[in-house]
Amino acid sequence: MVEYSDNEMMALAAGRLIKDGAIVFAGTGVSMLAATAAKRIFAPAAVIFFESGGIDPSLSEIPMAVGDPRVMSGTAVNTGLIDAFSIAGHRRFHTIAFLGAAQIDRYGNLNSTCIGDYHRPVTRFSGSGGSCDVASFASEVITFIQHEKRRFVEKLDYLTSVGWYKGFDSRRKLGLERGGMTAVVTNLGVLKFKEDSKEMYLSEYFPGVSIGEIIEKTGFPLDVASAVEAAAPTARELLILRQEVDPQRLICHV
Amino acid sequence: MIGCPEITDKLMTLDQAVSRFIQDGCQLAIGGFSIARNPMALAYEIVRQRVRDLHVLCHSHGQALDVLIGAGCVKRLEIAYGGNGRYAPTCVRFRKAIERSEIQFEDYSNFQMSLRFLAGALGIPFIPARSGPGSDILRLEGFSPEVRKEPKVAHKKYARVQNPFSEDIDEVILLPALTPDVSIIHAQYVGDDGTVRIKGLTFADIEQAKAADKVIVTCEEIMPRSFIREDPDQNCLPSFFVDAIVKVPYGAHPTACFNFYDYDPLHLNMYHDLARDDRRFKEYLDTWVYQVHSWGEYLEKVGVDRILAIKANPAVGYAPGLVRK
Repeated sequence: MVEYSDNEMMALAAGRLIKDGAIVFAGTGVSMLAATAAKRIFAPAAVIFFESGGIDPSLSEIPMAVGDPRVMSGTAVNTGLIDAFSIAGHRRFHTIAFLGAAQIDRYGNLNSTCIGDYHRPVTRFSGSGGSCDVASFASEVITFIQHEKRRFVEKLDYLTSVGWYKGFDSRRKLGLERGGMTAVVTNLGVLKFKEDSKEMYLSEYFPGVSIGEIIEKTGFPLDVASAVEAAAPTARELLILRQEVDPQRLICHV
Repeated sequence: MIGCPEITDKLMTLDQAVSRFIQDGCQLAIGGFSIARNPMALAYEIVRQRVRDLHVLCHSHGQALDVLIGAGCVKRLEIAYGGNGRYAPTCVRFRKAIERSEIQFEDYSNFQMSLRFLAGALGIPFIPARSGPGSDILRLEGFSPEVRKEPKVAHKKYARVQNPFSEDIDEVILLPALTPDVSIIHAQYVGDDGTVRIKGLTFADIEQAKAADKVIVTCEEIMPRSFIREDPDQNCLPSFFVDAIVKVPYGAHPTACFNFYDYDPLHLNMYHDLARDDRRFKEYLDTWVYQVHSWGEYLEKVGVDRILAIKANPAVGYAPGLVRK
């Protein structure tokens, strides 16, 4: 069997979810790897853009931050934040936002702000950046997060970015006309949301991972009845990932 | 300065620009984004002059903000994101200052902060947005009611209103405009007529500059009028917006300046390591700020090897193959 890292599996699992021609909003870390992998392997006509204003860069090298000069190189248009967000929420386009977070709840709401009380936090994180914005108005959100009990929580310490809010049609009632989270990709599997209640369920577990481990590491009850084993990365996918997407193994190695 | 008669009164040193325009307690907008085009030379000079009680405004900010907070220059902060990407997912001194209740802070999102600068630039008092319904960004206020009474602080974080042009239920939020006392930005080029040209992404630098009462621009090069006016489509600020111009090559180090140099991973990693410990962070400031008497001396410390390693290839705008672990 071919060896591969967690980040490689996550990037490929997310890449498979991207339809060709989609307009993808990428953040930092695994989401950068996944966006690049999606374009190189699964959806060559996809367009990747960054909130800092880089639209469709060549991505000859993988960026390490949203302000990395690599997001400004070989682009269709170099612009700024206001333009970038105008694309993320544009009524004409189907946009997919890749996000990360410190905590997630069963309805796909995200915390990237703090642990503990907001005013006197035990741990402070970076804050929303553009996460709250694109969670509000992108057509879809796909979230990357490590599968740990302290991250998959019953109640967020701070709700930075709205997913399905309180489930059912509560997101729409907030006035958010479209969007919502479609998938959560972890180091153990892929989770999706039920059609009606918008509760998270296990859709796929990665090869070698037990469903029991996923239940154990999820801090709320999880429906696993329809879970299937995900396909392992193919040799070709890994080759492209390692030789073209991240030859320096900056993100692939973990 | 000889050869730039049109901007003689604006060309100055870092020392002059900071002492003339950045007062204790002023409201300061910082240009750049995470590890790109931070006005670092200006930030170091602000630290060196021991400016205090700054009210800093930014969207996604990294290194310059972190140095200013760590050095004790910042009292109050309105921000969307404090991080350096891979080199500090959360900026270390920013994180410590909030965890220790050393600064007053208010969270917004990137789009919200950018729109607030745009409103300031347009001269309108507020601007509508659709970001954040249901989020704690709209539920919780970072600033206390006392802080809300201070000058240049909005009385409310935001307001929620019914769209007056719709007969259906349609709520939007209104965000208060920002009009900083001073905006500082680092650009690749300033013409000898004072025109500013930013290469790569502009982030919200132009909105920040136009929203401010005063603008300080540091730049890699001062270019002749013939160059800057040959291709004006690339220019982003006319001279009359700019109050001070300082030529500081590598003035964004250790952050990147598109087409000129990449970020410096070694320096950012060293900073991240030292910043975690209070005593060692002081040593960092001593070494890289307080004991540095000129920009040339700073660059000597960075060293020729690093300067060569991060030098951008102008065909791509960054340093291909740079070791970035």
